[in-house]
Amino acid sequence: MKVLRDTWLVFGRYFGIFIHNPVWVFLGVLQPVLYLVLFAPLLKPLAATRGFPPGGAYNVFVPGLLVQLGMFGAAGVGFSLIAELRAGVIERLRVTPISRVALLFGRALRDMFSIVLQSLILILISLPFGLSIHPLGVVVVLALIGLIGLLTASIAYAVALATKSEDSYAPIVFTSTLPILLLSGVLLPMSIAPQWLQDIAAVNPLLYAVDAARHVFLGNIGDPAVAKGVIILAVLSLVAVVIGARQFGRAVA
Amino acid sequence: MDGATPEPVIETRGLRRAFRSRQRQVEAVAGVDLRVVRGEIFGFLGPNGAGKTTTLRMLATLLPPSGGTARVAGCDLATQPSQIRERIGYVGQAGGSDREISARTELEFQGRLYGMSAEAARRRAQELIDMLELEAAADRKVGTYSGGQKRRLDIGLGLVHDPQLLFLDEPTTGLDPQSRARVWDEVRSMHDRGTTVFLTTHYLDEADALCDRVAIIDYGKIVAEGTPEELKRAIAGDVVTLSVAGEQRAAFELMQGQAFVRDAKVENGFVLLYVDRGEVAMPAILRLLDGANLQLKTVELHRPSLDDVFLKQTGRSLRETAA
Repeated sequence: MKVLRDTWLVFGRYFGIFIHNPVWVFLGVLQPVLYLVLFAPLLKPLAATRGFPPGGAYNVFVPGLLVQLGMFGAAGVGFSLIAELRAGVIERLRVTPISRVALLFGRALRDMFSIVLQSLILILISLPFGLSIHPLGVVVVLALIGLIGLLTASIAYAVALATKSEDSYAPIVFTSTLPILLLSGVLLPMSIAPQWLQDIAAVNPLLYAVDAARHVFLGNIGDPAVAKGVIILAVLSLVAVVIGARQFGRAVA
Repeated sequence: MDGATPEPVIETRGLRRAFRSRQRQVEAVAGVDLRVVRGEIFGFLGPNGAGKTTTLRMLATLLPPSGGTARVAGCDLATQPSQIRERIGYVGQAGGSDREISARTELEFQGRLYGMSAEAARRRAQELIDMLELEAAADRKVGTYSGGQKRRLDIGLGLVHDPQLLFLDEPTTGLDPQSRARVWDEVRSMHDRGTTVFLTTHYLDEADALCDRVAIIDYGKIVAEGTPEELKRAIAGDVVTLSVAGEQRAAFELMQGQAFVRDAKVENGFVLLYVDRGEVAMPAILRLLDGANLQLKTVELHRPSLDDVFLKQTGRSLRETAA
């Protein structure tokens, strides 16, 4: 099928660029590791607070860090796209018969790959701190974080194509990711939040992702919250890919 | 093919494109009728913002027209954009190659996008590298290339699938004279291989030296079309450019009424006189100025160039509008 072939070609192109700059993988992991070392210890006494989820500070905090990695790791991908717009690369690709879906999906797959790789590194680094996880759980969590990466990257690309400039792209992306992150229970679980905050957070898809990831780390892979989180993200990712692909197909005037 | 009507590769009727800009509707292209035939080098000439690039991008399927119809490479622009994409090449102003990738990788990737096998794409990339003399740079990152090397690669990317029609948007803007001559040579050799080339430029000498036919566009409309020779011939006779001490206005008014002056203009502090025969007009001009006590500072007689055509058609000089 043409879409698959084109997607593979585009993935190959951006994977090639990625593999020549592996330093980004480590820079991407650096921030969550700093959180792990400099922030997670603060949670240890809090883990005894009423309303704090069970499982210990690290099993509560690392899933949140992974979700954060998934979103922040992909939120910046639009910068490279804007540079390519300026260099005429996107225009050149749009004149070829290549599938518009592949133009988006091939790139987003590369971003997914990078985020899953970083997540795996973060999980391995967290193990000595007292994180415990089942091997099957790792697979489920990586799939979940991969979906967050796909969702965020697709939206980031759509925003980059619509704004065409770093000056508009950066504030849009960074001011919108912050509330999403704060309302997802990444830093502290939303279960200790006041009711009104929990009500607002209920419309945040990332909350369900964090929830699902925490259940996986507690060993409850069969919990309905896990399936719920995966399904919500899969559906949203699909929608985001369609929107992003349409943006690639539309005129970039 | 002799005697037969040449086959059109591009045919547009009333092509237009409007943009919204701050609640205002702006017509960047306001009804363009074009006919480009197989095998010719067609030049689209005009100042920045005249609608050249917008027209080009519409014809290359990058921008949907707001109105009008077009057939490109035998296909309808509105209904068959993907068939058009298979048959055309397009080299934008910015180029289109990525700084982080080598020429070879870019050319091979481009070939794959047109459906070539990995092996065929490799062969084609090598052919183009040889043809464009990029061998020495082929495996380095594009970011290290000279302006001329990069432009040759960008053109190569547009040629990978051997298109029947190639669009070049200001192919030599920003190049040094030597690289510019190289690009001209490439365009001529494409022409020799039978490729139709549609290029935009704001260099008149480029259009003059390279193009079989030229259309001049200004404010979104075509104001003149023909071979460079035809266009120049349409400006009858010669052009005398002179300046006098003090106000040019006086010299202009004096000359305007003379029977041998077909048209007169003041432009950039010079008086331009369009006359039938410059060598006959010149002594008369000198006598008249002397008689009116106007002191001649400079005088020049030349055959009309495309710049004169442009000035005549648009009332402005292309040299001052093209930044």
